Amino acid sequence: MTPARLRGVRAVRVTVSGLVQGVGFRPFVYRLANEHRLNGHVANTGGQVAITARGPAAALAEFIARLSTEAPVQSHVENVAVADLEPTPGPGAGFRIVNSARSGDPRRYPPPDLATCAACARELFDPDDRRYRYPFINCTACGPRISIIDDLPYDRARTTMRTFHMCDRCRGEYLDPGDRRFHAEPIACADCGPRLTWWGDGIGHGEAALSQAIAVLETGGLIAMKGVGGYQLVTDAGDDTAVRRLRHVKNRPGKPLAVMVGTLDRARRLADLDTDEAKLLTAPAAPIVVCHSPHLETLSSLVAPRLSHVGVFLPYSPLHHLLLAALDRPLVVTSGNLGGEPIIIGDEAARDRLGPMVDGVLGHDRPIRERHDDSVVRVVDGETLTLRRARGYAPSPSRLPIPTDRTILAAGAQSKSALAVTGDDRVILGPYLGDLDSAEAMDGYATGVDRLCGMHAVQPNLIAHDLHDGYASTRFARDSGLDRVGVQHHHAHVVATAAERGVDEPFIGVAYDGLGMGDDGTLWGGEIMLADYRDFRRLGRFGYAPLPGGAAAIRNPARMALGYRYGAEDLGGGTFRAPELEKRLGPAQTDTIRRMIERGVNCPKASSAGRLFDAVAALLGITDTSSYEGEAAVLLEAACEGVADAFPLPWRLARRDGIAVYDPIPTLRAITETDEATSLTAARFHTTIVEVTVALVRDAARHGYPKTVCLGGGVFQNRRLVRGVREALGQEGFTVHISRDIPVNDGGIAYGQAVIAAARSTRR
Amino acid sequence: LGHGSGGQLMAELLGEVITPGLLPPGPMEDAAVLPDPGGDLALSTDAFVVTPRFFPGGDIGMLAVHGTVNDLAMRGAVPIALAVSYVLEEGLPMAELRRINDSVAKAAADCGVAVVTGDTKVVNRGACDGIYITTTGVGRIAPAAAVSAANAAVGDAVLVSGPIGSHGTAILSVREGLGFEAAITSDTRPLHELVAAMLAAGGAGVHVLRDPTRGGLASALIEVAQASQVGIEITEAAVPVPTPVTAACELLGLDVWHVANEGCLIALVAPEAADAVLAAMRTCPEAEHASLIGRVTAGPSGRVTARTPLGTARVVDMLIGEQLPRIC
Ligand SMILES: [Fe+3]
Ligand SMILES: [Mg+2]
Ligand SMILES: [Zn+2]
Ligand SMILES: [Zn+2]
Repeated sequence: MTPARLRGVRAVRVTVSGLVQGVGFRPFVYRLANEHRLNGHVANTGGQVAITARGPAAALAEFIARLSTEAPVQSHVENVAVADLEPTPGPGAGFRIVNSARSGDPRRYPPPDLATCAACARELFDPDDRRYRYPFINCTACGPRISIIDDLPYDRARTTMRTFHMCDRCRGEYLDPGDRRFHAEPIACADCGPRLTWWGDGIGHGEAALSQAIAVLETGGLIAMKGVGGYQLVTDAGDDTAVRRLRHVKNRPGKPLAVMVGTLDRARRLADLDTDEAKLLTAPAAPIVVCHSPHLETLSSLVAPRLSHVGVFLPYSPLHHLLLAALDRPLVVTSGNLGGEPIIIGDEAARDRLGPMVDGVLGHDRPIRERHDDSVVRVVDGETLTLRRARGYAPSPSRLPIPTDRTILAAGAQSKSALAVTGDDRVILGPYLGDLDSAEAMDGYATGVDRLCGMHAVQPNLIAHDLHDGYASTRFARDSGLDRVGVQHHHAHVVATAAERGVDEPFIGVAYDGLGMGDDGTLWGGEIMLADYRDFRRLGRFGYAPLPGGAAAIRNPARMALGYRYGAEDLGGGTFRAPELEKRLGPAQTDTIRRMIERGVNCPKASSAGRLFDAVAALLGITDTSSYEGEAAVLLEAACEGVADAFPLPWRLARRDGIAVYDPIPTLRAITETDEATSLTAARFHTTIVEVTVALVRDAARHGYPKTVCLGGGVFQNRRLVRGVREALGQEGFTVHISRDIPVNDGGIAYGQAVIAAARSTRR
Repeated sequence: LGHGSGGQLMAELLGEVITPGLLPPGPMEDAAVLPDPGGDLALSTDAFVVTPRFFPGGDIGMLAVHGTVNDLAMRGAVPIALAVSYVLEEGLPMAELRRINDSVAKAAADCGVAVVTGDTKVVNRGACDGIYITTTGVGRIAPAAAVSAANAAVGDAVLVSGPIGSHGTAILSVREGLGFEAAITSDTRPLHELVAAMLAAGGAGVHVLRDPTRGGLASALIEVAQASQVGIEITEAAVPVPTPVTAACELLGLDVWHVANEGCLIALVAPEAADAVLAAMRTCPEAEHASLIGRVTAGPSGRVTARTPLGTARVVDMLIGEQLPRIC
């Protein structure tokens, strides 16, 4: 019935899904449509972009094709669905951006926060620009997103920018299709937007606030500053006194601190950057990149004590740019929290709690809606390993290999907690929420559940959780009233890798970890398993040793060494002596610990790889205590610096209950008896674990099991170990995977839990 | 000891060892008769099983009396009568039994409470561990008392009568030969006089009394928070812990808040009565070091938090079985 005069004219409804909100997609569509002289409109719906377009068929076809091929850099087009409409006659009304419609669309991609783009950074320092030195400059290609969003669709009215009324000039830019701030939702300028405030010796606003903060930092002071995803503590990274004070305030005696430098060139002066690292530093996510740094002398030795690596990042907000430009020196920029609590996002909380500890608080009046720590990544052999997944990355969808009709919430672990939900055929892993020991963290966790479910418009009806009853996340799951699926910790670790890397057949999982609850009630952490997305079978493990005093043994690697010395599982490897270590501890402590081990007083046993690294660090005299998770292992890896290749130490496998078990006693004996340099012994220990891994995997695979190996667990944050294991297993014909976007540590547990729960909820 | 079959041997055991000094003289009756108390009564019973039976600062006999006297006291009651029953393992040295029995009698006398009835059974070797003692007590509720675990109100002061952690640490140390016993002795002691003094000072302002025995301070506080549907915030540094106990707990990897106590109590007291109650406590020898350790908050209901010296708030967990490390 098409009237003759409409012949050749088509009308379509195009739905674009993927990461298409908060990335300048509608302005892009608008410009494209105008270029092709199409009529119609574009809007954000739930999580998609919906376009109605009318025009000549050829023009329409080209328009549709260009939607994916020329999409804005920050976007990720997953799908372009086209449906024909009946073309309505009449004169063209032009093309418009119309108000967003809210809908129960399951495919929602809340956009991550984006680092200040080059164009905005240029304007920031251009005296002729009207936003010269304005600390909240942004555009459609950069600026805050998820951290200020209340809900989707992404529109200013549903962000914390809602209360700022655009001035005429900003509104003009916002409405001008030719402007790069066309529909930049957080658009602002000094006349109409957020403003800085300084609370220190007196109160100051705007440029005065900034200069007071700069003055304090210039003289070695410590400030709390409102960043993008939370408050940060900032001080001069070259000043021992300043860094010591920051460490005292945070109660963070040894854990390395991240350093922000003004430019990539500055970063190169601190660290040997390869191209991948340079690319990561300048990416819109702007993570902290852990880099090899032989030039640490320009920093205080307290920034990364005893390490040859440092976490470096570049300014990612205009405020960071202004500070770094003014100070022109590396700054320690670290999360603003106290003693392991979550990063503070509230202005009052920051002034009440951080305020008394610092010389001033540099805040502003744009509220933070969602807590995002700085993300941390590390490059190993050209692959980016995500160590902490938060600002710039989360939330974003990951693969769900076996879809489910249940809606699953995965509760995660206890430390480095993060949540995941399933939606449609994907898993969305939420941002890092930190350790669940504090009341603040538990509150943040509960809020995190509401946020993640709300943002993705899902109502979970199944909750996946760890087998450890003491985890706050497990308790949360129990109290949730939802149907529950308990998932073994290390199964979750290796499945996280397999699912992300697309391993869709059974595989051999190697989980080297601190501790996780096994399915037999003992603690595990050095596990070889045959696994798929539903189940696993333990095919190999490390020998058990007691943890004298439970968690106290984790804080005291020296005790762990005594655990192996006096209580290791007897696998036939004999015994070893540790006279030096015992001398350091003194007879009273040694005797009591020995007695505890003999009597089994608070001595849970674990088959942990992480604890073995701890024991070795203590036996080598590297450290007897550990002030942060994995410190002993980190120092042990750092101790290998300068040793390229090293022969293995003695080791043996035993067989228990039909599976291969690594007996570490011969290794430990060799370590206590050698008079080689510590660096060499440390490197030889790494080589030993590589060989042991190959032997355990080979043993597991001897019945014709798969040749695909997936690594998981926090021990694989060790670059030397990852390299060695990949290379050695590769030579044996195995394909080896490690997760990239999903943290290999407990930050990835929720993803593994979600994948397993989905598989189990679906009939085979 | 070998009196399992009853008859003459049992009669001798009772007549020569147990009854003298413990029970009032007179004919053996099937039940004791108590005078009309003229008011509300509290009744409590507890079975005592402890290894070792003798420990620094006390023994199982004393513990059995104090435990029940204190349970009565936690409802604001003054004990008026005790019943004591023994389960004895064949082979228990007679001298130990005498010692324990004497200890029960002395502890009861010191508390001013009469043991009015009892029972004794001897079981085969291996069927029990030496001696189990069950004590049942009846107490008269003090007129002013209205204490219950469900009575905590927002704003209440949380008081503790003395240092925590000694009993459990002392027991563990001697049992396992860990070597702390020279420095740490059990705090076992009766608390009913202390409670009387507190009620005299605070009256109905004393809302909750609890003796943090098994499960320690943490469990007692969580139980109260749950029963009263309130939150409790404790200032960690305000909780008195003897230095040797701190050192022992650090070495053993124990949370001192989970360690059992036998001679201290926590009280949740209306803010306006708190000063008077605290002052009254400090005049009692068993509570010289009584301290204000925290406050009752609106919640979340059932949550107990510990404010650390850093200013952070730790969520306090109940001890469930063995505390396995949660760190990965
Ligand atoms: Fe783990
Ligand atoms: Mg009782
Ligand atoms: Zn920009
Ligand atoms: Zn403006």
